[in-house]
This record gives sequence, C-alpha cells and structure tokens, in this order.
Amino acid sequence: MTCNNIVANVPDHRRTNTPPMNRFEITRRLMAKLTQGEAVVGGIGNTHFDLWSCGHRQENFYMLGSMGLAIPIALGVALAQPHRRVVALEGDGSLLMQLGCLSTVAIRAPRNLTIIVMDNGMYQITGSQPTATSAAVDFVGVARASGLIHSDWAADEANFDVLADAALQREAPSLIALRIDGKPAVSQTVRDPAWIRDQFMRGLGTRGVNDRIPHG
Amino acid sequence: MPTTVETHAQAQPWYVIFRDVLKANDIRLITYVPDNVLRPLIEAIHDDPFFEAFGVTREEEGLGIISGAWMGGTRGALLMQTSGFATLPNVLASLNVAFQIPVLLVVSERGTLGEFNVGQAAVCRTMRPVLESLGVEHHVCTRLDELEFIVDRTIKQAVATQAPATLILSPLLTGGKAVKL
Repeated sequence: MTCNNIVANVPDHRRTNTPPMNRFEITRRLMAKLTQGEAVVGGIGNTHFDLWSCGHRQENFYMLGSMGLAIPIALGVALAQPHRRVVALEGDGSLLMQLGCLSTVAIRAPRNLTIIVMDNGMYQITGSQPTATSAAVDFVGVARASGLIHSDWAADEANFDVLADAALQREAPSLIALRIDGKPAVSQTVRDPAWIRDQFMRGLGTRGVNDRIPHG
Repeated sequence: MPTTVETHAQAQPWYVIFRDVLKANDIRLITYVPDNVLRPLIEAIHDDPFFEAFGVTREEEGLGIISGAWMGGTRGALLMQTSGFATLPNVLASLNVAFQIPVLLVVSERGTLGEFNVGQAAVCRTMRPVLESLGVEHHVCTRLDELEFIVDRTIKQAVATQAPATLILSPLLTGGKAVKL
C-alpha cells in the first residue's frame, strides 16, 4: 500500500543523514546516568522490555497494559514525590494514543519530570506496521506546540547524552525524542504486576506507608 | 464508630460532605474531566488548598496520574461522568486490577432518571456490567444521610484491600440533569 502524497510529507526529523539509534543502547546510556534513585516508568512492550534488559532496579515500573499511560503514571509519581527525578520512557505508537498528556505535563510543569520518546515509526511488536510518525507527525513539534518548550530531537548518541544531562538538571519538564531502529528488545520483562508494583513502592519508599488506613 | 467527620450538620450539601470525607481520608490529588453535576464538588475542592486538583484531557490520563501518585505515596480520586467511565475498562483491568493499585473513581450518573440524550442512556447501561465483570467494588450514593458512611468506608476498604473502588452519584443525591418538557 503506497500513498505518495503522504510520503512527500515525510517530516524533517526523518530526513536526517544520521543512522537511527538503538533503544537498548540508549536506555543503557540513560540508566548509567541515574545514580540518585530516579524513578523510571517504562511504557508498554519493547520500551519496558529494554528497561528490564538493562537490569532490574526497584525504582523501575514496567507498564504491562494500559497503552499510552507511561507519561501520566510518571507525572503522578513526579507530583507525589517532587524531590525525586522521574523519567518516562514511551514509544511512538503509545504516545500517539495520548497526545493530550503532553499539554497536561506542560501546564502542571513538574520540575522533576523527563520524557524520553523512542520513535521507530512503527508498531514494531505487532508486525512493524507504520505509525503516523513515519509519514507526518513530529513529536518535538507536537510537544512544543503543547507547551513543552524544552523538547528536542537527539541527533545521535553523543547529543542524547548532552540533552539527557541537561534535562536531569533542569527545573522544568523536558522531552527528548529519538529516532530508533527496528531491532527487537534484548529480553522480556517478568510479567508479574503485583510484584512489579510492590518493588516500585519499595524503591519509592512508600510500601507500608500509603497502604495503611489513617487513624487505624 | 466512624472515625471521620461526624460533626456535619444535616444541612450540609452533598458536595461539602463528599469533599470533607475525601480530606479526612487524605485523598489529596484530584483529577477530573468536568461535568455539570460535578461542578459544585469540583469548585468545593478547588476552594480548599488541601487538595491539588486539575482537569485532564481524557479519563484514562487522569486514572494514570492518580495511579502513579498512589505508588508515590499520594492518594487520589478521578471525577467524571458516566460516558467518561465507559472509556476506562482497559486501564482499570490492566493497571489498577492487575497491579492492585487502589484509586477512587467518582462517577456522576447520567443516562437515567430523566435523561434526554439517547447516547447517555445507552452508555449508562454499560457501567454496572463493566464494574461487575471486573470485580470492582462499587456503591450508588442516593441519600444524604448515608453519604458520609458510604464514601468513608469505600475509601478505607479500597486502601486496605489495595483495590480500585467506584462511587456512583445518583440523580437522587445530586438532582442530576433532567429533561425539560
């Protein structure tokens, strides 16, 4: 199936001469920077598979369903724990389902939230069908127009390092989008939601705190 | 013996009682997609600096936010109308039920007792079957004199059992939004 008038509109970020990056490699680079107990929320599918592949830590949340909600969940954590940095890892198909959350983040403006969007232009896990970003949508353009002024495409791995370092220091929400390749995730997360949630709350120091009734 | 707000004069309107029980149970973060019937509750919540309250672009997003906040140590509730609830079954099943994340869903009931919109009437009939098939605890609030007890106990059970719960605000309580003939 071809659609020439759409192909002619391929967005600028897809015309780049630099090769696409790799999700696992980028996630590994990110995780090496997180030494202060930062929380990381991994979106559905390959995004959280590669977070898991980097080595489990209690501050990680692996979202098994609820496609599109990695950023809202991360926003909730960021609002509840304003002194902890929170990172949302999301894929292009997922973010396309929930673009409105970018405006909510912009308006709430949590100083401690960083959004990283892995854009391979396809629904990779279901057979690599193209997403709208392969033909028309520029996430950084969408994010800036939604009010997230600190939004940038990472040109390559070195540029990602610069952007991520700045985002993790900034007193405002940031979004970094990356054009990534179509390689599958390195391994798959253990699908045990109750354990994942328990681990995450232990990592955040809330297990046994918030799950008790006040006043006995 | 109830441990929360017992001192309410009988004359308090439903939305003041509701807000005060949320507060007594430390439900601090409120996300909502607005609704006419919920308007006085939303305004009462915004008027109290105890709460952090804001509108979201769709109900799924609001549920994701309060679910993340709960894991981070802040309790939350999502306010919406019946049609908004109908957008939530996948998130409720795959996030709140599967991960055992308690949240309070507050639904103002459209589609019954004088509805004028066929679409609202049709979507209303999906709500209870969805709640029952997911095994989500839910109660209908119809009377002012029962409101504090139902809201307070529902929140406490949700927290204690780590499960989402839903409170349906009936037109019998709120007056609803009725057809004008």
